[in-house]
Amino acid sequence: MDLMKEMLVILFSAILVDNFVLSKFMGICPFLGVSKKMDSAVGMGGAVIFVMLMASAMTYPIYTFLLVPNHLEYLNTMAFILVIALFVQLVEIILKRFIKPLYNSLGVYLPLITTNCAVLGVTLLNVENEYNFLSSMVNSLGAGLGFTLALILFAGVRERVEAADVPETFKGVPITLIAASIVAVSFMGFNGLVTGIFG
Amino acid sequence: MRNWKTFSKGILEENPVLVMLLGTCPTLATTTLAMTGVGMGLATTFVLVCSNIVISLLKRVIPKEVRLPCFIVVIAGFVTFVSFILQSYLPSLYDSLGIFLSLIVVNCIILGRAEMFASKNSVGASALDGLGMGIGFTLALFVIGSIREILGMGSFLGFSFGDWYEPMLFFITPAGGFFVFGVVIAVVNIIIRAMHRKPKEKFGCDGCPNQANCTNQEGGCNA
Repeated sequence: MDLMKEMLVILFSAILVDNFVLSKFMGICPFLGVSKKMDSAVGMGGAVIFVMLMASAMTYPIYTFLLVPNHLEYLNTMAFILVIALFVQLVEIILKRFIKPLYNSLGVYLPLITTNCAVLGVTLLNVENEYNFLSSMVNSLGAGLGFTLALILFAGVRERVEAADVPETFKGVPITLIAASIVAVSFMGFNGLVTGIFG
Repeated sequence: MRNWKTFSKGILEENPVLVMLLGTCPTLATTTLAMTGVGMGLATTFVLVCSNIVISLLKRVIPKEVRLPCFIVVIAGFVTFVSFILQSYLPSLYDSLGIFLSLIVVNCIILGRAEMFASKNSVGASALDGLGMGIGFTLALFVIGSIREILGMGSFLGFSFGDWYEPMLFFITPAGGFFVFGVVIAVVNIIIRAMHRKPKEKFGCDGCPNQANCTNQEGGCNA
């Protein structure tokens, strides 16, 4: 029961309280770039969840069984980003060759994910928080779901903003950022939610 | 004269943050205080100059197909170096930058300059380009950091204004970061329009390090 509770705390903190995009500022580029249409927001979100989970699953053993025994912890950034870059390229090739429909819906976003700081960020945070394998996976799932939630919510907001009559000066990028600010304010409401429920 | 152009374009007319809209994550995350923003900017500048020099030196050696992983390894090496230096000499800055110090690796400004400039130009020009872009990045972070610190903390560069000023905490929250960044971009757009040029309409593919590999060129991520 305790384990279950601990995992739920990690999951909901990552989705709502410490949302990767809106409170940790990771993955802002895709958040602002891909959120114009609902379909692409969902596709990008799915691809990010998948890559985050796989990246955590791969970097955990590399860190625990390769870097720590050899006292090379300081190489974690370099090792992790290489693993992520190679893995993403591999998945892209496999999808393109064998599963064309999935490639068309998710694969096109994969190259963008290599340099998405949310993916590298979640693997580094897992190490920083000294999570074990299970907690790392739950944390990455929460981070990915949080990213997708923010992206989808924001896609909805942007569809409205597109139709709104915005002052000339704020047209385009500035109003997008102001809208993001308002969405972030609404997420501030989740502060203390997890400790309130599970604490 | 051409050298001056290479250097100065990054500071004003092609400012990576305010005009090209790159590197938004560190821009928003490390600007709660002006000093932290400047620290982030200088660390990034160092990595940018060094990686531009090394990548320019290696431009004939690196095979085209695997250039992205090669660039990343070079950049990650310098990032690790910088974090060692900061950890031992400026531990307070190291703590306040936190994970974003490591995340310099995936800063799209650095990869973008490697891909678009350093891998095509001479060593000297690449160093100047890196320095200019780095200073432009640092200045942008300083401006945004100053606004947020003055409004949100009631202090500037650590010096408090005293009790008469009630700080608006909103500005140091993440939401305040988006807000200030949006307003600053709007002001920059006014200046760009006054110079009879067109501001960037959206977060587009220009400068994206994955542009060459991206299969979704038409519309890209903005589709």
